[in-house]
Amino acid sequence: MTMLTSMLAIENLHASVADKPILKGLNLTINAGEVHAIMGPNGAGKSTTGYVLGGRPGYEVTEGSATFNGQDLFALEPHERAASGLFLGFQYPVEIPGVSNLQFLREALNSQRKFHDLPPLSGGEFIKLAKEKAGLLKMDMDMLKRPVNVGFSGGEKKRAEMVQMGILDPKLAILDETDSGLDIDALRICGEGINAIMRKPDKAVLLITHYQRLLDYVKPDFVHVLAGGRIVKSGGPELALELEEAGYEGVA
Amino acid sequence: MTALPTRKAEAWRYADLAALEQLWPLAEPEAITVSAGGDYTRAILNTGGVIRITLTIEAKASATIHVLNASATYARVEIEATLHEGADFTLGGVQIAGGTQTAEIVATVRHIAPDATSRQILRSIAGGTATASVLGKVYVAKGADGTDGQQSMRAMLLDRTATANARPELEIHADDVQCAHGCAIGELDANGLFYLAARGIEPSRAKALMLQAFIAEGLDGAEDNLLAHAQAALEAVL
Repeated sequence: MTMLTSMLAIENLHASVADKPILKGLNLTINAGEVHAIMGPNGAGKSTTGYVLGGRPGYEVTEGSATFNGQDLFALEPHERAASGLFLGFQYPVEIPGVSNLQFLREALNSQRKFHDLPPLSGGEFIKLAKEKAGLLKMDMDMLKRPVNVGFSGGEKKRAEMVQMGILDPKLAILDETDSGLDIDALRICGEGINAIMRKPDKAVLLITHYQRLLDYVKPDFVHVLAGGRIVKSGGPELALELEEAGYEGVA
Repeated sequence: MTALPTRKAEAWRYADLAALEQLWPLAEPEAITVSAGGDYTRAILNTGGVIRITLTIEAKASATIHVLNASATYARVEIEATLHEGADFTLGGVQIAGGTQTAEIVATVRHIAPDATSRQILRSIAGGTATASVLGKVYVAKGADGTDGQQSMRAMLLDRTATANARPELEIHADDVQCAHGCAIGELDANGLFYLAARGIEPSRAKALMLQAFIAEGLDGAEDNLLAHAQAALEAVL
């Protein structure tokens, strides 16, 4: 019998930002085909979890481990983590003046392909792919010709992130408050985008969110409550509803 | 000018005087006249030494000069442009300096008659212990009403040991004039670099992308040869 390798296994993770401990013994296992949601109050360490896994400079792992498809995640540089199939969706997507979305995405995709010794996509192949994924998120191709996130509304930035996810086709998406700043229509479009791109047997999603509302569109298999830098309670989708009613203090 | 300048001379304040001494005395500036209603474009690639141009743009004529200072011990470009009535002048300049290089652009734009327009878009990148300097002056003579003179100077430091100087200067003797100048010196945005990395782009490539974007405005419309040299110079300083 072979051991099944989980997609992401986080064990006893401790992490600090500017020498201040934020994560204090986080444990979490995510298998292929699963959607997990981490919920929790402000300051619980939700965003830190995403940044530590993505490898943002300044987020220091002080103890514990994370294994991504059998690999030591923390031994990889941020761009290697991305190329290995980890996608970090940003709560506040960064503006890059002067670099168009299309240039950025083609560069990103071909960098990831190079990492796997695959030839770059031609311009034509790439545009076809970009059109398809932009269509999925109801995003105009003209917007993809504009500089990355510059002058985009909050909702447009989040939809652009989902287009990026569609094009890069990751194994695991960690989505940090993708629902913040979205109106009802954009929330539905993003939710449907996440389902279309990531709800597959060989992929997994970790949603980091304050609210139940995104979970109406992307149904989680597991919900975890993060408080004080560790997971204090786990359950099924009903836990999110409980939290919505009773608040974090009532549940955790 | 016969004697070697010293740092007391404002236009030579940031120069590499040891390198300059080897080049001294300099040849007379190249004089170019764009005749009335004419159109002139020029690309200057300076990979070493001092290039000096004196440009006269006659009434309703236009001129565009693109400058690339790159990959030299000492690269200096001096441009003095004199604009007659209704003339138009664009100076787009990029300098990319690494190691111990010194690069400088010294530009003087003189509006001597009404309704002329000018813009200077100058971008510098300095790494290592290099020095990249930009001195840009807009002079508007008495009676040169309707002048529109713009200056935009930006510099990017790749290392804390590098130096960038930017000195915009306005001297205005007319009343009805629009002159704007902007000047900024900074470093590559760490958040931007992480964002690119988080999408799989390796660090050196991420820097190159952001720097390409940074210099793009300075070389907007420049000929391909200059763009290719800029690309190579960027890769050399990363």
